[in-house]
Amino acid sequence: MTPTLSLVPIWTAILAIGVFAYVALDGFDLGVGMLYSFAPDRRARDLVMNSIAPIWDGNETWLILGGVGLLAAFPVAYAIIIPAVYFPILLMLLALIFRGVAFEFRYRDAEHRTFWDHGFAVGSTLAAFAQGIVLGAFIQGFQVEGRQFVGSSFDCFTPFSIFTGIGLVFGYALLGAGWLVIKTEGGLQDWARTLGKGCLTGTTLVIAIVSLWTPLSDPHIAARWFSWPNVGLLAPVPLITVGLVWYAWRSLNNASEYAPFIAALGLFVMSYFGIAISLWPMIVPGHFTLEQAASSESTQAFLLIGTLFLLPIIFVYSGWSYWVFRGKVRADIGYH
Amino acid sequence: MHLDPETLSRLQFAWVIGWHILLPAFTVGLASFIAFLEGAYALTGRVVFLHLSQFWLRIFAVSFGMGVVTGIVMPFQFGTNWSRFSDAAGNVISPLLAYEGLTAFFLEATFLGVLLFGRKLVPPSMHFVAAALVAGGTLASSFWILATNSWMQTPVGYEVIDGRFFPKDWLEIVFNPSFPYRLAHTVSAFYVTTAFVVLGVGAYTVRRGQSPAEGRMMLRLALWFLAIFVPAQMIIGDLHGRNTLAHQPAKLAAIEGLWDGGRGVPASLVGWPDATAERNLAEVAIPRLGSLYLTHSWDGEVKGLKDFPPDQRPPVAIVYFAFRTMVGVASLMLVVVVAGFVLMARGRLDQTGWYLRLCQATTCLGFIAVIAGWTTTEVGRQPWTIYGLMRTLDSVSPSLTGRDVLLSLLLYVAVYLVIYPAGLAAMLRFVRRGPEPSDDSAPVGSGRSRSPIDALATAGSETAR
Repeated sequence: MTPTLSLVPIWTAILAIGVFAYVALDGFDLGVGMLYSFAPDRRARDLVMNSIAPIWDGNETWLILGGVGLLAAFPVAYAIIIPAVYFPILLMLLALIFRGVAFEFRYRDAEHRTFWDHGFAVGSTLAAFAQGIVLGAFIQGFQVEGRQFVGSSFDCFTPFSIFTGIGLVFGYALLGAGWLVIKTEGGLQDWARTLGKGCLTGTTLVIAIVSLWTPLSDPHIAARWFSWPNVGLLAPVPLITVGLVWYAWRSLNNASEYAPFIAALGLFVMSYFGIAISLWPMIVPGHFTLEQAASSESTQAFLLIGTLFLLPIIFVYSGWSYWVFRGKVRADIGYH
Repeated sequence: MHLDPETLSRLQFAWVIGWHILLPAFTVGLASFIAFLEGAYALTGRVVFLHLSQFWLRIFAVSFGMGVVTGIVMPFQFGTNWSRFSDAAGNVISPLLAYEGLTAFFLEATFLGVLLFGRKLVPPSMHFVAAALVAGGTLASSFWILATNSWMQTPVGYEVIDGRFFPKDWLEIVFNPSFPYRLAHTVSAFYVTTAFVVLGVGAYTVRRGQSPAEGRMMLRLALWFLAIFVPAQMIIGDLHGRNTLAHQPAKLAAIEGLWDGGRGVPASLVGWPDATAERNLAEVAIPRLGSLYLTHSWDGEVKGLKDFPPDQRPPVAIVYFAFRTMVGVASLMLVVVVAGFVLMARGRLDQTGWYLRLCQATTCLGFIAVIAGWTTTEVGRQPWTIYGLMRTLDSVSPSLTGRDVLLSLLLYVAVYLVIYPAGLAAMLRFVRRGPEPSDDSAPVGSGRSRSPIDALATAGSETAR
């Protein structure tokens, strides 16, 4: 086989950061999109929308980098995973298109505003649900022969993946509620805190159930977590998660404004670690490790040159645009 | 046609890329046009350029936004429907695709922000620089995506190991034989497409008489630009055709509807290519002319379709008629441009009602030519995804059934049929509002409603990316 291994860890790290950047960033604006439909009145809806107006499409572009990055760094993983989750990917793409267009036309097409408003909320929810199904199907693994997925396009719909789909809806909504606590004040912030508590309850339940479900259904994952000395070394993961749940609950009930969002992000980081620990070093669970799936060294090197140049610039610019739009969102400023 | 996963996947790819390509076809040219307007404003300080730039930026924002969301679909198609191709060719094409994505992201994240928000924050010269960099970004995106497509049409610089393609020489891969011609032909087509939209909108603006200076400027800029680029595009097209003759002779034979190759071949003007009878029905052809324009010699040798086994020929009729549509549209374009110059020379360009209406009617000519040209090159390279090396049939995801793909295709059709009319309506609303008039002779306020909703819409467009 051709691949030499030197660049694989770098690409693993870049892809891991890229996917997490997508999940964290688009996660909260998808969450805001879902909560949007529960907003009490027109003024509240406009404020909720304005809180993500300048940044949501930049967040979404990470998805392209995630998708193309997977193809570039681990082509065989891309060739197996993407067709295996054919319908969730389709649902996600259509939901994201519809959501993006609804967002733009909500401002331009006043006659059909209610239609576009619903399109935005439904699109956000379906996109999150579809991504959760992809996650669940990925954890459960795929039917592979040689270098191709050979199952059916409907294999990915299992009780487990439907459950992770619902779970990600709750998780993104929690991130969205945390974001709204930062960006709003007064009655609207109280409303966001109340919704946040519901989302936190749902998210916690899902994390707990998935943490039990995966080792019970997969002996490899059980061995990874419960064999000695792993059980001691990995104990911080569940313990920190429990601590974060407590911290999130407390911060939703007191006056802290940034803590709920940070705690929600922390829960995502811990879940991400949890999944990575369960599956490491596989990129197609049960079939291909990261190193086996890696593209040729020449491919990885050629792309790395530009990526190392452009990625920091993208990070700096994204950070700068968040800084520009910092602070509470106000109705009178409207859509900048 | 059978409703098998391969055919349906091809239909689906054609559907999503056909709609997507309309947006870059417009935004690539429009970005350069806006950069030109900003440069002209920075140099001359004439307010008409500022008004035009502001006007087109609003439309650009809608078009670019739709281009991004429909563009997200494209890389996933390679995985969902063409996974065997992705596995086989991923090592070669994926960095090119990734550079396209990075370029688009880079452009979106940095300079577009300055262009859309920064009018009051930066001086006109800096605003011009931002516009030029956005235009450069759209061209860089075109560069990478056409490098990918061209490599699939004329693959070089690779080695095959275990049935998969690995890179040997990146320079060869990127600058493969058909790439320079395809890049020039496509970008020039995008420019012409945009110029016809500007011409049509200019004619509409002049006819309405609401911002006449801006309308007259649009007409003249578009006509001068087209006077250079329409003939240039025909020459580039001829060079691209000769490149196809050298590297993809079966595609060229299908374009010509040429079954029997040889020396001094005829030029088929019109007919019905019958693939089973291996001849053209009801054909009108001119003897020996084909050799002349293909090889630039009366006796030049050209391969015919019968020189290739039937399973290595593209669907001839589609390629044959798509090419004739493209050439027909190009001829019509030339007529419009020549007529415009005759009227301009007589000083009657802005008063000739029939010509202004003609310009409005030909607004979408470029889009038709782009779709026809794209169909020619993409159907013409069948039955291959990687020309001569990997068949389309062997590229499709093995797990897909016809029913799966039919369902996804219908859903793409449904969603695109909602969002495209909505997007078009949004852009037409900006066209109807028109550019801000720069002279006092314009009737104040007529049709230029500044209701709170419209004010909000303008604000919205300035953030929308």
